[in-house]
Amino acid sequence: MSTSAGGATPLPRDAAVARGATLRALEVDPRLLGMLGALAVIWVGFDLLSGGAFLTPRNLWNLSVQTASIGVMACGMVLVIVTRNIDLSVGAILGVTGMLIGVLQAQILPGVLGLEHPATWLVAVAAAIAVGGAIGLFQGALIAYLAIPSFIVTLGGLLVWRGAAWWVTQGQTVAPMDGRFRALGGGIEGAIGANATWIIAGLGCAAILALMWITRRRRIRYGFPARPAWAEALVAALACGAVLGAAVIANAYPLPMGIARRMAEAQGIAWPPGGLFIPHGFAIPLLVAIGVGIAMTLLATRSRFGRYVFAIGGNPEAAELSGVNTRRTLMLVFGLMGALCGIAACIATARLNAATNAAGSLDELYVIAAAVIGGTSLAGGAGTIAGAMLGALVMQSLQSGMVLLGVDAPLQNIVVGLVLVAAVWVDTVYRRRIR
Amino acid sequence: MSARLAPDPAVPLVEMRDISLSFGGIKAVDGVSLDLWPGEVVGLLGHNGAGKSTLIKVLSGAYRADAGEILVNGKPTIIASPRDAKTYGIETIYQTLALADNLDAAANVFLGREILTRWGTLDDAAMENATRKVMARLNPHFRRFKEPVRALSGGQRQSVAIARAIEFDAKILIMDEPTAALGPAETRQVGDLVKQLKAQGIGIFLISHDIHDVFDLADRISVMKNGRLVGTARTSDVTKDEALGMIILGKCPPGAIPGPGAMQA
Repeated sequence: MSTSAGGATPLPRDAAVARGATLRALEVDPRLLGMLGALAVIWVGFDLLSGGAFLTPRNLWNLSVQTASIGVMACGMVLVIVTRNIDLSVGAILGVTGMLIGVLQAQILPGVLGLEHPATWLVAVAAAIAVGGAIGLFQGALIAYLAIPSFIVTLGGLLVWRGAAWWVTQGQTVAPMDGRFRALGGGIEGAIGANATWIIAGLGCAAILALMWITRRRRIRYGFPARPAWAEALVAALACGAVLGAAVIANAYPLPMGIARRMAEAQGIAWPPGGLFIPHGFAIPLLVAIGVGIAMTLLATRSRFGRYVFAIGGNPEAAELSGVNTRRTLMLVFGLMGALCGIAACIATARLNAATNAAGSLDELYVIAAAVIGGTSLAGGAGTIAGAMLGALVMQSLQSGMVLLGVDAPLQNIVVGLVLVAAVWVDTVYRRRIR
Repeated sequence: MSARLAPDPAVPLVEMRDISLSFGGIKAVDGVSLDLWPGEVVGLLGHNGAGKSTLIKVLSGAYRADAGEILVNGKPTIIASPRDAKTYGIETIYQTLALADNLDAAANVFLGREILTRWGTLDDAAMENATRKVMARLNPHFRRFKEPVRALSGGQRQSVAIARAIEFDAKILIMDEPTAALGPAETRQVGDLVKQLKAQGIGIFLISHDIHDVFDLADRISVMKNGRLVGTARTSDVTKDEALGMIILGKCPPGAIPGPGAMQA
């Protein structure tokens, strides 16, 4: 990357090859590493500028909650863009879905199930996924079977569903949400506590190690070159370190004193004079987003459906001639995008503890930006879920960092816009190099 | 898989009868009949726009004929999609290769017919293993299994496209300009492969405009002009000049069986 040898002179081969060999042994996507580097620069930069206010457990915990909704939708947007399409309607789908489940749990379900019924949140989430998925499938059918360009269908969808969101209650905000449902949005009731956090982190590490071991064993069984043992160990250590580090941070953010006191009293624990340190632990929206990210990564890389999505993006005609049902696949991609909008609607509505018809406005642009910053090629055929989620984190970090520094809102938008363009430019240069 | 039938030596592997197909009033293929026997190579010749590729796409399921019928092993069949064609053992190597450039060799070879693990996920290791085996036959020096096929040379890409066709024991192989993008050594390799597959009893439609190639490899030639069949002949019964006369003028020589498109003398 840092070779400034000038136009015609060849690259300093030896250094490049040696670095390439190390990276190849690790089998880590260099683009992903670049994004992690950029994220580190942003985090440290904001921390220095804000006098140490950015890299605090409290800020990082909030960052994880704020990123969740865009992160969930960005996973679906990767597949949409990989098939050479776009979805401009995701924010509007979030809006109308949020309104519908808001009305469902605030006005309809209390009459049917009773107020604060334990099943309320489940019904609301299922309804959100179903409504979002149905809207997505409908738009996908128009795109796949009637061959209307996705840009137009979803631009129309943006207007239609935003209008529909207003129509649900004639613009009135619906509040409050069900208590259990609110946990999906984070906050105090949406934190899982210290012990559960350690258990989840431990399970996460075990899953990482098991997956790496299975992959390695399979490669060795067929006699393919596997990663050298040191590389395998290093990757495993870094991955598990990241999971455990996140757990440490989440458990370093205590509940506010008043709430900790109430919890202690409820459990009959004497309140010590210095106060009690009750950690938050992981936020539920973060866990939802990570769960979606893992499921979508499996779908994209390990399933037949995902393989077809990428094949369509690489060469739609070839996919069709190979017997892939390209239309059905395309419709399902949009259906999946809609269902993820439904999940994001739950997170956004729960976090706000209210459903408003403006929820998710401009989200389509942030979601597309997250996917593109994360290395999804607008030409189709290339992109990763992990990259898109990191892209969402980069964008949210920029925004909350600027809020922390007291930067004016218009200037925030200017910075985010510039970063988007610059990130895509860097990516274009990188792609040209590896050709 | 059960739709595949054992070849019967008394009937042609495939027979196309009076196939017609129009695009917006233009008859791209007009009443063409062709047949292909086990272990036979039939060269399909004609100028650009003569209708060769269109005819062949009817057989491979990419297009549906407006009229006519297709018999596989003597039985009338309906080929409505590429998937249908594949269930009858009809494999096609397209002139454009039809590869997904962003995927690696194994993903392309198995596209649409992936090997799954017992949990229903893609078994990439098994697919790579099978691809390594078939590529060892086609192109022993091929090593770039992990790279997207975009990064491969023309000959390597061609090998991947051929590997995809022969991996699933084809009965009928359609090769549309298989040597157009290749150098002399690779062209010879494809020629050897054609002979090898022919010896296994596979029937091959070879579409080419290189008349020398076709005379080297084909048992019979069928010539098309303006969407119609000029005639069919054994390569031993006609000279290259006569074949050129069929292609350019539509003139059917005495050694050939004239079709509806032959110039009336």
